[in-house]
Formats: sequence, structure tokens, C-alpha cells
Amino acid sequence: MDGIQRLGRWAIGTSERLGRGYLFLMAILAGVPSTLMRFSLVIQQLYSVGVLSVFLILISGLFVGMVLGLQGYYTLVDFGAEESLGVMVALSLVRELGPVVSALLFAGRAGSALTAEIGLMKSTEQLSGMEMMAVDPIRRIITPRFLAGFISLPLLAAIFSAVGIIGGYIVGYGLLGVDDGAFWTQMQTKTDLYADIMNGVIKSVVFGFVVTWIALFEGHDAIPTSEGVGRATTRTVVHSAFAILSLDFVLTALMFGEV
Amino acid sequence: MPLIEIRDLHFYRGDRAIFKGVDLDIYRGKVTAIMGPSGTGKTTLLKLIGGQLLPDQGSIKIDGQDVHQLKHAQLYELRKRMGMLFQSGALLTDISVFDNVAFPLREHTDLPESMIRDLVLMKLQAVGLRNAKDLMPAELSGGMARRVALARAVSLDPMMIMYDEPFTGQDPISMGTLVNLIKRINQSMGLTSIVVSHDLEETMAIADDIYLLSDGRVIERGTPETLQNSSSEWVKQFMEGLPDGPVSFHYPGVGFEDDLLRSKAAK
Repeated sequence: MDGIQRLGRWAIGTSERLGRGYLFLMAILAGVPSTLMRFSLVIQQLYSVGVLSVFLILISGLFVGMVLGLQGYYTLVDFGAEESLGVMVALSLVRELGPVVSALLFAGRAGSALTAEIGLMKSTEQLSGMEMMAVDPIRRIITPRFLAGFISLPLLAAIFSAVGIIGGYIVGYGLLGVDDGAFWTQMQTKTDLYADIMNGVIKSVVFGFVVTWIALFEGHDAIPTSEGVGRATTRTVVHSAFAILSLDFVLTALMFGEV
Repeated sequence: MPLIEIRDLHFYRGDRAIFKGVDLDIYRGKVTAIMGPSGTGKTTLLKLIGGQLLPDQGSIKIDGQDVHQLKHAQLYELRKRMGMLFQSGALLTDISVFDNVAFPLREHTDLPESMIRDLVLMKLQAVGLRNAKDLMPAELSGGMARRVALARAVSLDPMMIMYDEPFTGQDPISMGTLVNLIKRINQSMGLTSIVVSHDLEETMAIADDIYLLSDGRVIERGTPETLQNSSSEWVKQFMEGLPDGPVSFHYPGVGFEDDLLRSKAAK
């Protein structure tokens, strides 16, 4: 009986949180028009959410590309197809690893920071204080951060993929002696703007939306204690990772299913 | 006619009743203190007045408007005429003292920056912190943070201001400064002030009217003098700071002896 009760309690609690999360998202979206009128607020956040994540994305992208170059070369060389290294690296990055890995890194770097920031603002009554000054904290604090995350992630994913391709090129051409003409030409002919690049961009737009929403909701919904904020930050990273990986499967199935 | 009329206010947190039918009148131009032991819902009352919480029953009218019947935009309009000083100060930690005080002015007015500067300096001068304008909130002491928060709360020249435990954790000098400031600002700006506190001496020094709350109800109401002369056991316990009386020292629950016997029986 205890187990059934616990399951029921968990189901009710989860439904309640999902409902709150949905209402929170509606409030954020309702604030978008007024936030767009004060775009300077978004620009400030683009710096802390996006620009400060660039270094991490650059380094990670470079090494992921280099590893892809190495692994791809050792597989392709057995079939005498090492000239296809460029297309293999580019498709892996643009379709999959660029959006997914940059979203996971973004959740760890910017998502956790957003949750901690909003959670601490809540626990130090800064959000309540704003409400009492007749300033809507959703429009003043949350929506600009949401837009910044939503705009930043696709750009970061593009940087990740571009740097990754350079990493693959450095390893393939610089270390392993793959023909650089074949590397770039095959990549150019086999990578489709819509089927590959746009689908990758759509993925990163979806991940940007979901990760920023989760991060902001967890911060706003955090129990206003140091332990509560700590737990919320952990939840942001864990839930974002689940959301990214499961949505990636769904999106991949929808986009490339018929191929 | 009172500025704030609270009638038959009921509020629950889960199953626990915080207010069980509270009636309060807060008059214009006066300093009204709401006092009571910790956990009686004093801060909750301020949040109900500010429309941040919804009562389960009853009404709160401010200047004739029922706070909880207002639409979102109307409530925000009303809040522009209300100031609130939070216990923590609630300053925005990523901007300077100057920008904190300027924040409501920049959000709600189209005043030129030169005029905002003059207004902010006037407010900071009033609380004695004009020269601290470039400091960040993390560089302020607790007392200074509350004075900056006070300057911010009055920056839009509100009709009323609510103070949540303004004296808690203050050293004697900061305490004296805050007591004087609250009284002075109330008189000079023609404000209506609500002070929520359990600091007896300081509150008695500035309050025109005091409500004592306990167990979800108003136990007593009067001027500082009438309360000091009250014959009520409860009021005496609170005023004289007696550890036991109508308000029990121990959290309600199982008796000490029963608890000891139970632990022996369990062994």
C-alpha cells in the first residue's frame, strides 16, 4: 500500500510541477513582445549566457573534431575511403554532435548558472522586492534570459561544428596525410544545406528553448534555501541532459526517418 | 476613513491556519505597528496587503480598492504607490547602490538621467548614504543595506510604506538611526507606515497605534501607553518578555514525561 501511495504522490507532484512549468512558460512568452522593445536587457544576457560560454565551446569543439578525425580515419582507411573523412566529420558534427554536445555543455555552463542566479534572487527576496516595486520579475529578469539562451545556443552549436571541422582537418590533413582537396570537396558535395545543416540548426533551436526553459523554471521554482538552490541546479543539469538526448532521438527520427 | 481596511482575514498554509479572522484598520499619516511572537504570520500579513499572497477568506482594501479583486495591471499600478522594506533589504546585488535607488525611477518614469541623478542623491542624502552611492550591495553592512532599501522604497514618493522587521539584527547605532529615519520619513513625506516587528522598545518609540497578533487573531489593539497598562495576561507576557505564560515556551506536542517514558518503553 505504501508503494502505491508513494507512486500516487509522485505522480501528483510531477503533474503539478509540469503544470507550473507550463504556466511559467506561458508567462515568459507573454513577456516576449515587451522584452523585444527593450532589447538592451537581452544583449546584457547574451553576454553572460552566450559570450562567456564561447571559450568552452571552442575548446570542446576542437577536441571533439580532432577525435572524430582520428577515429574516422582509422575506420575509413581499411576501406581505402580516407578521402571521405571530411564528409564524415562534417555530417557527424552538423547533424548530431554539434547540436547535442553544445546543448549538454550549455546546460552545464549557462543553464546551471541561470538556475543558481534566479534561485538566489528568489531566496534573497530580490524577485519579491521587484514585484513590490511594481516591476514584473518575469518580464524584467526571466524573459530576457530566456531569449538570450534561445538565441545563443544555435550560434554556439554553429561555432562548435565549425571548430570541430577545423579540428578534424588538422588531424586528417596535418597529422594523417589525407588529401585536403578531397577533404573539402567531398564535404561540400555531400553536405546538404536543408537536409543536414538546417536540421541541425532546428535541433539546436529546440534544445536552446528547452534547456533555457528548464534552467529558468528550476531557479524560479527552487526552495529558497541554499540546499534548495543546490538541488535545483543539479536538477537543471540532469533534466536538461534527459531532455536533450530524448528530444534528439525524436527529432532525428522525424528528420531522417525516411532516409 | 482608514487607508487600509482588513476584514475577516483567513489564511492557511496547508492545513495550518495562519489567520483566523483578523480585522485591522490602518490610518493615514500614522505609524501602525503589528507585533507578535515569531511565527504569527506578520510577514505573511504584509505579503497579503501587497497582493503577493491570496487570502482564503476576507478582504483587504487599500484606499478603497480591494487588493485581491484587482487585475494584474491595476495591482501593479497600486504597488507603485506602496513601498516595502524587506528584512533582508532585497537590494539587487548586481548593481550599485545608486542604480538600486534609481531602479524604480528608471522602470516607471521617463525622467531624464540628470533628474534621476538629483532625485537619487536626495533620497540617499535623506538616509545618510549619499557618499556610498558607488558601493555594491555586498560592500554594505546590514544596517546600511536597509537604509539603501529605505531610500529605494521611497524613491517614487509612495503613499504608504511597509517595514518587515526593520530592527532585527541591527547594532545599537544602526537601530537608533533606523528608528529615527522611519519616524522622520513618515512625518516629512506624509506617509502611512506599517511596521512589523517584535522589537518592543524601538517599535513602541515610533508607533502611534499597535496591534498584537497571536494564534491567528488580533489579541489587543491600542496606543503604546494603553498596551503598557493592559491587564491582559498575554499582553503582559509579551511586553515583559516572560518565557512562559499564555504563549507556551515549548512547541506544542507530546509532554516531556510521556516522551521520556515512551523512549524507555521502546528499549
